Amino acid sequence: MATKQTGTLARFMMAPSVILLFVWMIVPLAFTLWFSFLQYNPLNPVRDGFVGFSNYALFFKNPAFLAAILHTLVIVLAVLAITIVGGILLALLLDQPMWGQGFVRILVISPFFVMPPVAALVWKNMLMHPGYGVFADIARFFGLQPIDWFAQYPLFSVILIVAWQWLPFATLILLTSLQSLDGEQMEAAEMDGAGFLSRFWYLTLPHLSRAMTVVVLIQTIFLLSVYAEILVTTNGGPGYASTNLPFLVYQKALLEYKIGQASAGGIIAVILANIVAFFVMRAVGKNLDK
Amino acid sequence: MARAVTTRHKTIATAAAWIVALLIFFPILYTIITSFKSEQEAIQGFSLFPSGTLESYAEVQSQYNYFRPFLNSVILSVGSTVLALVVAIPAAWAMAFSPTRRTKDILMWMLSTKMMPAVAVLFPIYLIFRDFGLLDSRIGMTIMLMLINLPIVVWMLYTYFREIPGEILEAARMDGASLWNEIVYVLTPMAIPGIASTLLLNIILAWNEAFWTIRLTTTNAAPLTAFISSFSSPQGLFWAKLSAASTLAIAPILIMGWFSQKQLVRGLTFGAVK
Repeated sequence: MATKQTGTLARFMMAPSVILLFVWMIVPLAFTLWFSFLQYNPLNPVRDGFVGFSNYALFFKNPAFLAAILHTLVIVLAVLAITIVGGILLALLLDQPMWGQGFVRILVISPFFVMPPVAALVWKNMLMHPGYGVFADIARFFGLQPIDWFAQYPLFSVILIVAWQWLPFATLILLTSLQSLDGEQMEAAEMDGAGFLSRFWYLTLPHLSRAMTVVVLIQTIFLLSVYAEILVTTNGGPGYASTNLPFLVYQKALLEYKIGQASAGGIIAVILANIVAFFVMRAVGKNLDK
Repeated sequence: MARAVTTRHKTIATAAAWIVALLIFFPILYTIITSFKSEQEAIQGFSLFPSGTLESYAEVQSQYNYFRPFLNSVILSVGSTVLALVVAIPAAWAMAFSPTRRTKDILMWMLSTKMMPAVAVLFPIYLIFRDFGLLDSRIGMTIMLMLINLPIVVWMLYTYFREIPGEILEAARMDGASLWNEIVYVLTPMAIPGIASTLLLNIILAWNEAFWTIRLTTTNAAPLTAFISSFSSPQGLFWAKLSAASTLAIAPILIMGWFSQKQLVRGLTFGAVK
């Protein structure tokens, strides 16, 4: 189909997007890589200069770094687990015949449209606040001591908020996929005496695999860089208890002005994202080719 | 589906689904309810029945000049999306209608740029913005949000355009349609729904973007994400005011989202789930 002329035209039409994205990706990244080998402090430039890999060494030696890597992975994995399992259960429920299905769908999808700082502040103050939150009201109703969620379980609290934001997305996609499941096949299996669990395991779950892959891909992209939710709730604390890698890099760069170390952390974040991306993209590529 | 549904089954499913849905929606509902309470009411324990006062809304406007961040959110999200469409439509068009062996690689590469953690380039971007005088400017933020969403815009448009049958162009050409007529009468009507969905979804994504908008703005160009974040260190009683500000911040996009939920699945899964 593509003659030489249309091929040239096509390249011309693609050029702006490709060039913009290339520049946007390469130029800042090159700066970061360069900065990661420098001692660079805008407030105290006396000792600035080339320091080789010592920023990386400093970053690795920092106990906050290992914690941040761990927290990053915990957030991604925990939220993925909650949203996929919860999403499948919810999708199965919403797929049942019921009254007011359209309205139920609207209620369930809503949290996805709530901007991260609002979601986090609403949970922090309206629900999880140890004095005035709804959870505290419930605890007092049962005669229990209200829990100070963000002080006692900071990482869990962040995970809870992020999972609330992403559960609707997973549910909606899994539900859409579920609705394209072949009803006749299901019925045939049912007539052959296959119980609910075996129908779920051998028919529904394989059918959902493609949708699940997509959910994992999209959510991983966003979950690796959870930021606003931490900023407005725990601010990374107490200590480093809820600091993930993006948050640690932000602290180093814009609060401590240790640009060299922050850049090293940024490069490590890129490498981490690439490792995760490699596996995810491979899985997605395989699944999407089908 | 010919399977008979018993009323009992339907009743149980309805009850269960409504309970779960209301639980999921509860944080939003309770925020809306609290926004109609006074500050005193808001901290007097759990209650679903507000007095209906509008004082929190009035105060959010008078005390914080709410309208400016709201306007910024509108300008940034719509501006960046339109700009992204201008750049992305030709690209997606070319990829969909004259694909080459490398088209898929380019698409995958574009998606992979989304994988780059924003924080890794925070400081260089900060410096570039500072040196070009773009910090806290609407132009700078519009460009930023455009670049962030460009891969998704290209991908979404590509999946829509790909479904326009190529034969229809050939048929039009056989009938003697000029290139211009082809574009105006054949392609545009078929492409508009896809472009509209892309527009809607990316306005939502840009509206809710909460890393660059918080870090690169202070007051002038600060959209609602940055404005709301300033509530993270409260001063005195602010539950009702926070609720009013939050309700105002999410209401427009929530309503847009409800209308776009069908396209949302298709768009955000890049056509993989329909």
